[in-house]
Amino acid sequence: MPRIKLNGTLYGVPAQTSVAAALMNAGLVARQSIRGEARGPLCGMGICFECRVTVDGIAHERGCQLLVREGMEVTTDAP
Amino acid sequence: MRHDTVIIGAGPGGLAAARAAKRVGKRVLLIDDNWGPGGQIWRGYAGLEIDGIEKRYSTQISDLDLDCDQLILACGARELFLPFPGWTLPHVVGAGGLQALVKSGLNIKGKRIVIAGSGPLLLAVASNLSKAGAEVALVAEQASWSSLIRFGLNLWRWPGKISQAVGLATSRFRASLWPVAAEPGSVLMSDGQTWQCDYLACGFGLVPNLELAMLAGCKIENGCVRVDTMQQTSVKGIYAVGEMTGIGGVEKAEAEGEAAGSGSRLKGNHKRFVSLLREHFTLRPELKTLAKPETIVCRCEDVPLGKIEACTSKREAKLQTRCGMGPCQGRICGPVLEYLLGWPPDTVRQPVHPVPMRKLLNPRETANF
Repeated sequence: MPRIKLNGTLYGVPAQTSVAAALMNAGLVARQSIRGEARGPLCGMGICFECRVTVDGIAHERGCQLLVREGMEVTTDAP
Repeated sequence: MRHDTVIIGAGPGGLAAARAAKRVGKRVLLIDDNWGPGGQIWRGYAGLEIDGIEKRYSTQISDLDLDCDQLILACGARELFLPFPGWTLPHVVGAGGLQALVKSGLNIKGKRIVIAGSGPLLLAVASNLSKAGAEVALVAEQASWSSLIRFGLNLWRWPGKISQAVGLATSRFRASLWPVAAEPGSVLMSDGQTWQCDYLACGFGLVPNLELAMLAGCKIENGCVRVDTMQQTSVKGIYAVGEMTGIGGVEKAEAEGEAAGSGSRLKGNHKRFVSLLREHFTLRPELKTLAKPETIVCRCEDVPLGKIEACTSKREAKLQTRCGMGPCQGRICGPVLEYLLGWPPDTVRQPVHPVPMRKLLNPRETANF
């Protein structure tokens, strides 16, 4: 089971789980909107960009289009 | 490497096109934004891989610089999300969206779900979420029973679809009911009742993903790509299959993919089913009044309806409010504004997705972004 870090906390996440699903399972939202609202995944299929997070230092990755990998570090800018 | 046929989208239509093109001896390249084949409907299913063709998954197409004789667009559709107070709360997700997330590992065991919106997808989602252990409290369809019954009476032409519908029937289903406002952990419905829920899954039908077809200059008619009997668009060498040519489901997509991939005429009458869906799941006018002036319409830039309505056109709204100019490039608010204000879709320019600066500096870069 891949281990990933979500905002610095280590989680064991089943393989074939997307980053967006891992965030939701951990009770986290993905980002903070321009006005400061908490936002989570909406479309689940790569269209809406609401689930964008920073993955291994790369900003604006769509969590729903990315599978978890061993050692992955995900950070959100959520409130 | 040069390919005879390049297919963009590995859902039912793209996969059928790839199999057919391979069968008639073409050198095929299949590209998809997702990490594997299946599109949204078959997301995560095993046994869909096609051997003997080249595949590039997790690949976004930001422009159409491809070297091939035939380009088949199989880009599918997205959900139509309608704004209402509270629709940007994190527990409000798409109906197909929640299903896609569950197929990608979201655990919804024991979660209480309200599904709302319009179209046959709602029942399919309800059934799949229940199987995944969720408690589906309510399935609210905005169309009326009389419209649904007329739809059902017309289904005799497609016996397979009747048994599908019967298999999906649930006592939680209500017609002529829609969400009017969401609060954290609940939703107020149009009959005045409030439902507690962990997730409110909303989808008001499907919208074809037309960006690449529009970029290529293909003629669009009634919100869909116009194709001939061989699935060729108005641009020679460019074909379109599946939801892009009219929302009609898996059987239509597969038949069209087969026609485009093998170079034969489309078999079966799929147009009738497309118009049947369109006719009987028409959105009721009350849904246009759900968003208040302070309700956010453009989620990327947090632009409320009031500011947008003060503009006379989408262009003015973009310039004055940044509506539609965020990362999704109007993919979510564009169809909303078309529905609410009658503003037609914008022209599409490259790159059709946000791309990192390094891609702009080096257009030949083929790494995945």
